[in-house]
Amino acid sequence: MEATVTTANNNEKTWGGGDDIQPLGASYGKMMMWFFIVSDALTFSGFLAAYGFSRFKFIETWPLADEVFTHFPFLHGVSAPMYYVALMTFILIFSSVTMVLAVDAGHQLKKTKVAIYMFLTIIGGLIFVGSQAWEWKNFIKGEYGAVETAGGSLLQFVDAKGERVALEKFAVKLPEQREALTRSHSTWFMEDAETQASYTVAEVQAGFKAHPELLIRTEQILIENGKKSKKVLTRAESETRLATAKYVVEGANLTRNEYGSKLFADFFFFITGFHGFHVFSGVIINIIIFFNVLLGTYEKRRSYEMVEKVGLYWHFVDLVWVFVFTVFYLV
Amino acid sequence: MSHEHVSNTKRIWFVFALLSAVTTVEVILGIYKPAVLEGNHFVGLNLLNWIFYILTLYKAYYIVWAFMHMEGEKSSLRWSVVSPVIFLVLYLLFILLTEGHYIYGVFKDSTIKWNF
Repeated sequence: MEATVTTANNNEKTWGGGDDIQPLGASYGKMMMWFFIVSDALTFSGFLAAYGFSRFKFIETWPLADEVFTHFPFLHGVSAPMYYVALMTFILIFSSVTMVLAVDAGHQLKKTKVAIYMFLTIIGGLIFVGSQAWEWKNFIKGEYGAVETAGGSLLQFVDAKGERVALEKFAVKLPEQREALTRSHSTWFMEDAETQASYTVAEVQAGFKAHPELLIRTEQILIENGKKSKKVLTRAESETRLATAKYVVEGANLTRNEYGSKLFADFFFFITGFHGFHVFSGVIINIIIFFNVLLGTYEKRRSYEMVEKVGLYWHFVDLVWVFVFTVFYLV
Repeated sequence: MSHEHVSNTKRIWFVFALLSAVTTVEVILGIYKPAVLEGNHFVGLNLLNWIFYILTLYKAYYIVWAFMHMEGEKSSLRWSVVSPVIFLVLYLLFILLTEGHYIYGVFKDSTIKWNF
């Protein structure tokens, strides 16, 4: 048991085999943090590989990332792909830098410096989690809306120039409306499984008929001269396809989303959510260690190795983001 | 361990500058997506994606080696952490991506219409 007990007399660096023999040259805690990171890295790899699997499976119909993530704070209606996620990446890299500076100050036993850098790391982490929440909000809310066919394909609307057109720009309001079933307005066991969309399929179809300039854009990816785009149907084809519409899709949930492949939103929620959960727990652990630094726990121990260990975890979170960033937003 | 009490501040800021520069390059390429790079393929992957993956691994190397201070650890720890991850990830990717590509082919060539 001696190896697992953390004591003030700096026994941390020893293991059962004796002081002078250290096969891996690291304390028990640090070594275990490394192997936890190995297992966590494999978990994330599993998720990302599963994402790759699904993407390869639907390689010709996968949504294009730069059409999905186009929002930037205070720039309404401006298509700004990549900028926001780049900002988030810089925030996370910078919080990694303050973390490693805290570890560095810990090696020199500078308590105040460690505390300041830890604090900055926590702030950076909170900003990142907040940014991710905002990204999720935009993703869930959606921008244009789309319809899903009986076969499960997604149809989006574009004008003659190929620019996306939102449902509210052309859908009509028909008089007959079915009110959503809620427990307060119906028999207690009757409730709609899903929130009703702002428009019914019939309203979208009628609006489409009234606007002859509109066309349907399918999920099919076309590559011309190295540029990827989605296939736009002719007006006649569009009308035939729209006749098979079954659902109006606005925004994203785990069942369907207006961006395209259903799995795209599922993986987005699951992988960025799991990463966000790691950032959040990292912030909590950082806060605990921050208070320990303030209380002088490590000062008494004459070792700031705990800061180093949470630092490893924090850098790992940054490391995962580097891959999530590439896989979801760049490739 | 001698590395513990030496201040590495200079190296930390150098690595930060490096990571920021690489990220900036990635973002610029991601926004402009040069057709020359995206249109040409090498071993089933277009050149732009090759660049993205190589830059990602480059960043990952610096995060692990400099920020997580892997460069200061014993080589036994280094290899016992890094080699299982590299081996298992390559293995997993090989299996899943091959299978994904195969299923794509099955859907494409099948008589059952799925994309309607």
